[in-house]
Amino acid sequence: MPVIELNGHQIHVDDEGFLTDFEEWDEDLAKVLAAAIDIDLTDEHWKIIRFLRADYASQGQTATTRRVQAVGGVPVKKQFELFPKKPGKKMAYVAGLPKPHGCV
Amino acid sequence: MTTTAPSPALMPNFGDDDSGRKIAIICSKGNLDMAYPGLIIANAALGEGVETHLFFTFWGFDMITKSRMNNLQFSPAGNAAMHLPVADAHMPQLMAPLPGMTAMATRMLKKSIADLGVPEVPEFLDQIVAAGGHLWACRMSADMNHLTETDLREDVEGIISAADFVALTVGAQLLFI
Repeated sequence: MPVIELNGHQIHVDDEGFLTDFEEWDEDLAKVLAAAIDIDLTDEHWKIIRFLRADYASQGQTATTRRVQAVGGVPVKKQFELFPKKPGKKMAYVAGLPKPHGCV
Repeated sequence: MTTTAPSPALMPNFGDDDSGRKIAIICSKGNLDMAYPGLIIANAALGEGVETHLFFTFWGFDMITKSRMNNLQFSPAGNAAMHLPVADAHMPQLMAPLPGMTAMATRMLKKSIADLGVPEVPEFLDQIVAAGGHLWACRMSADMNHLTETDLREDVEGIISAADFVALTVGAQLLFI
């Protein structure tokens, strides 16, 4: 399991670079991860990130775009605006979670 | 605040380099079970940033026809692969055509799909359009069914010929369902 240094901390990631340890993430780190993929975090981004974190903590898996809409209340269209092209993966990355495994 | 920190040494490839990829999906079936595969692939493709076009033709036309899209059915008749949700039991084909079987099988399939958090077909198409997907209706199917734009979902971008569809999906990977 690769370990990288980010923001002065040792961070465990998978072979693609998604964080693997839920506890190693904090909101400052989210800003670094977002900056790495050219996203400036706004309140709307934070609403999604906080939903994803809470949902993962209770469900044990990363919410899909479908679930972020149906349960998190952020429409799919808005997700594509905030995290362009690949919202499911980008949201998970910034939230320090594995990429979503659900098909829908 | 370290938003100016250098990029992580290892980060996912969010693949803005493979922009230009296109997928074209021809949906020709109107049975409930055969409506889903194209929608699931389309939704996945859009989530990967791939330009996605769906062409509804023949029985697949029902998926975008307002009067029919909420009533897609699933029949066990002729489907020897269908098994019941218990103990891998197969339904004897002699029973499949009995009255009420299609309604029952449709209810069962809808419940299985809903249990996975997957939406019904019209709502799934809403999501695909929201994600940037393009819906196209087949000219010949519209003519055969005596249907016009007003009979279809408003987000269908046009009733077009097969040649038009081929032309607008130049370079696309094509999937026929």
